[in-house]
Amino acid sequence: MKYLSMAVFALLTTLTACNDDKGPQPISMYEQEDQMARPAINTVFVASAEKDMFNTTIPSAQGAAFAAKFNTRLLALNSGYTTNLLGLNSTDFTGVLATDVLTVALDKPTTFYDGTNVLTGRKLNDDVITVELILIFGGPSGSSNPGLTDDNVSSNDKSFIETFPYVAEPF
Amino acid sequence: MKLKNNFKKMALTALVGATLASGAYLIAADHIDAPAVTGKGSDITDFYAFQSPSNSSNLVFVINTQGLLAPSATGAASFDSKVMLEINIDNSATKDSKEDLVIQATFENGKVQVYGPVAPTVTGLQSTLVASAKKVEAPISKYKATALIGESNNMKVFAGPRDDPFFFDLDQYKKILAGTATSFNNPGNDTFKGTNVMSVVIEVPKSLLGTGPINTWVTSNRKK
Repeated sequence: MKYLSMAVFALLTTLTACNDDKGPQPISMYEQEDQMARPAINTVFVASAEKDMFNTTIPSAQGAAFAAKFNTRLLALNSGYTTNLLGLNSTDFTGVLATDVLTVALDKPTTFYDGTNVLTGRKLNDDVITVELILIFGGPSGSSNPGLTDDNVSSNDKSFIETFPYVAEPF
Repeated sequence: MKLKNNFKKMALTALVGATLASGAYLIAADHIDAPAVTGKGSDITDFYAFQSPSNSSNLVFVINTQGLLAPSATGAASFDSKVMLEINIDNSATKDSKEDLVIQATFENGKVQVYGPVAPTVTGLQSTLVASAKKVEAPISKYKATALIGESNNMKVFAGPRDDPFFFDLDQYKKILAGTATSFNNPGNDTFKGTNVMSVVIEVPKSLLGTGPINTWVTSNRKK
């Protein structure tokens, strides 16, 4: 009897909950379509036919699936690649890039590169493309292929704002 | 100098050859990166994570979607109510590239609702909303109207049209890849000048993210 009461109570509670907008909703499943972390990784290093696949490969599986392909792509972009400003040879550099996550410091300046800090986050005004061009084309000193290491667009077309939401108003 | 020029020529020959062999590689943070999401509300263009300029105890995430919106098209642009954007955070000591925490944003009934940071119920390519998590919400801001900011649980959220913060001379890069140019111009020309994106900005206390550094990435997910 006690159990019956409990069952009835539970049933009533459930029915009540169902009629209540704030009650439990059916659990919706979502399926991943796009993914990114560091800027331009998919666009630069992944072949056209595999871009969707890269977007639906979880980061913990990206290295095994894409590192060798990224290495081939890097050497195709810059056949003279030896190491870069970070001192990474092509295998190590592309090994890092293939797992597409953005490392973010919680205790120091957050920037893609500010002359001191490297890959500690990404700010709105970081010139991420020039950093990536230097790492791909600039060789160990960053000074190789000078015509390819800077697109000479170094800032946004609008100033960012100091307060939330920081991103500038639309055109 | 001659040597240097020869090297450059070799590099460019290789570069052009690779382009011809494998089709066009477009570069633009992540704009127009993949056929399955092009033109959809799930197309992520950029991801930023930085210390809040107004409070050094907070971290700011910016997720931009639907790139290259002309001003004339921005008023009609909207978030997809079937899409959930998810910031994934790996704060493990081993950095195994698996999400320990997620921050989830949905766009239903004219509102952006943000849940988390919270441990995900499901990891990997499937997600479920962790509706029991702490939440902050705001009405989705309209084009050319005041930015509407939601604030609760020490978190802030904004969602709406913004200027695309990304800058790059994409057109010249494409010419270099195509072999019709050998270097960038100086000054360059920002291909993204005058274009907008649909932007989501979330500010959270760093203390909710675990011990840093963290590894993070963002995904877009469609309701089944």
